[in-house]
Amino acid sequence: MSRDLKYFQAINEGTDLAMAADPRVQIMGLGVPDPKGIFGTTAGLQEKYGSERVSDLPTSENGMTGVAIGCALAGMRPIMTHHRLDFALLTMEQLVNQAAKWHYMFGGKMRMPLVIRMLVGRGWGQGPQHSQSLQSWFAHVPGLKVVMPTTPHDVKGMLIASIEDDNPVIFIEHRWLYNLSGPVPEGHYSVPLGSARIMRSGSDLTIVATSYMAVEALRAAEHLATHGVQAEVVDVRSLRPWDEATVLASVARTGRVIVTDTGWAAVGFSAEVVARIAEAGIPLKTPPRRVCLPDSPTPTTPALAAVYYPRAVDLEKVAAVMCGLDLPPQDRAVTIPLDVPDMTFTGPF
Amino acid sequence: MPTIAPRTTDPATLRRLYRDLVRVRMVDERIAELYPEQQMRCPVHLSIGQEAVSAGVCARLERQDWVMSGHRSHGHFLAKGGSLPSMLAEMYGRATGCTGGKGGSMHLIDLEAGFLGAVPIVGSTIPMAVGAAWGARSRGESRVVVSFFGEAATEEGVFHEAVNFACLKKLPVIFVCENNLFSVYTPLDVRQPGNREVADVARGHGIESVQADGNDTVGVYDLAGWAVDRARAGQGPTFLEFKTYRWREHCGPYYDNDIGYRTEAEYLAWREKCPVERFERDLLASGVVDAQGMTEIRAAITRELDEAVAFAKASPFPPDHEMATFTYAE
Ligand SMILES: Cc1ncc(C[n+]2csc(CCOP(=O)(O)OP(=O)(O)O)c2C)c(N)n1
Ligand SMILES: [Mg+2]
Repeated sequence: MSRDLKYFQAINEGTDLAMAADPRVQIMGLGVPDPKGIFGTTAGLQEKYGSERVSDLPTSENGMTGVAIGCALAGMRPIMTHHRLDFALLTMEQLVNQAAKWHYMFGGKMRMPLVIRMLVGRGWGQGPQHSQSLQSWFAHVPGLKVVMPTTPHDVKGMLIASIEDDNPVIFIEHRWLYNLSGPVPEGHYSVPLGSARIMRSGSDLTIVATSYMAVEALRAAEHLATHGVQAEVVDVRSLRPWDEATVLASVARTGRVIVTDTGWAAVGFSAEVVARIAEAGIPLKTPPRRVCLPDSPTPTTPALAAVYYPRAVDLEKVAAVMCGLDLPPQDRAVTIPLDVPDMTFTGPF
Repeated sequence: MPTIAPRTTDPATLRRLYRDLVRVRMVDERIAELYPEQQMRCPVHLSIGQEAVSAGVCARLERQDWVMSGHRSHGHFLAKGGSLPSMLAEMYGRATGCTGGKGGSMHLIDLEAGFLGAVPIVGSTIPMAVGAAWGARSRGESRVVVSFFGEAATEEGVFHEAVNFACLKKLPVIFVCENNLFSVYTPLDVRQPGNREVADVARGHGIESVQADGNDTVGVYDLAGWAVDRARAGQGPTFLEFKTYRWREHCGPYYDNDIGYRTEAEYLAWREKCPVERFERDLLASGVVDAQGMTEIRAAITRELDEAVAFAKASPFPPDHEMATFTYAE
């Protein structure tokens, strides 16, 4: 049976099921048992599983990541949370030097079943230090897995898959996905890491998207369809490993590709995708394009947020040029402030 | 324990302290009032309830002294002499804001006032303040540097690394910890063992460390004076822990005692210890400022605030092409 859940509810349900199924699963992080429960994703868990397995933590990200690694070494399967990816930057040593390499550098003697949840903030003045989407940093490192589920269905299934994986998984959630609803099957299921999902089929153009940009890509595809252009939208879901086969096959079919990522373009995941398309020698009708963040830190003012973040219209414009389509300017009126996902979002977080 | 001069009674000083204290309160209350208009589109962390620390410490500093802070920095910025119009314009995301809209409420700066910067990554500016003190000394400048932070920052490794180094180099830096018992909604007793005080932990590094009432404006002022004198005399760093309480929600303009992380009774008990009302009672009792005088001080601040808000709201937004400016120094 499937019913509609919001993204944050799907995370909560996935965590709950994983904890019920396996007593080794534990979750920890500043605010995990507090009344807001990491935007609702951890609500009710401590009541159910107790404070040993569902734990608040001191404001000590780096040290606590080492503690989580230690729990994993002792046979637990920890999930750690960060309200913002930016706060997890304090933990790079533990994650990159240690967690990523533990299995390798000790000759496979130990495993590192660890999930680190990080939220990417956006809008309402999240600014330079509460909005960074640094998936490419993590995806650069052999030994880490990196996922960015987009739909409620996938976030539950991929969370369960991540918890059951014997490797450290960086689990990145975009704040603007939190209130989106979608069908979520009841009970335990998993979505394999490393598989992309074709969200919409099309023959003219492939849009390869990460996380929230897949939502914008779908909007763009629907709009382009009204002008006779059929865009295929591929939600990568998993950045390391990533599903080259699905992406390359789609691009080979359409001959045109836009890669759109929630992070910066330069030296980022989008560059990796374009590079692999090139290396695979896939013939393209037009040069590949990337629609990502411009090369600057995130400005706080709502006035510049509108320019900073690419949206469906930006994808449409690029697609139109690639497909030789004459899109009328001012085609789509902007109806809500551009620094919020919807009108229910009134800050401050 | 430090030997502190007898409690300050000088009327001019007390009047100044009162004005600074009330000004921080009134500015944050105005922000809380305006925030629901949804034109300040950035997170705000209000200092209401904790103003005595800002006012008391900063009144001991000279303009050339430096202050660094974190996410809850409005009070520190204002008390150090930061420009109110530029702070409010920043909240409104305007080009006339102290960062031109790049930073918002969580990234205040005013170099002319010696406010070297505030950022919202917990603990991040603590070592920077230490470095600034070292750098200034290396350059032969006489500056005291104050690092403001909440008690949660003492849980970050970087705090301990910074205090150790400040002691090692005997730097003129003062660590000012506002212990308001919470890190967002997580109370201190689930983050740190109950059988010790934050000030004791700091003392373990060999630093002079004192715990005091953070709602007693004059007490803060006198203690800060002792720490500043030590720093100026080359006697090294000091750690000051001030017990206080945040009245409103962690982030935003409202009250949140109903959501379940703390009790209304706890809030009300601290509300009784309001630093503003307490100081007013003392001032009225001693006759240093009478009711009329207080009204005048408040009226002047209201006028200043009205003008600053009008300025902020009338200011232009930064133009699109400024999005990427300052990514690199040219
Ligand atoms: C490194 C880091 N971790 C987590 C956060 C999220 N955060 C923002 S404010 C805050 C509370 C900090 O508490 P404290 O330092 O005591 O200051 P207070 O808010 O109580 O004034 C936290 C955890 C952050 N900004 N930076
Ligand atoms: Mg605190």
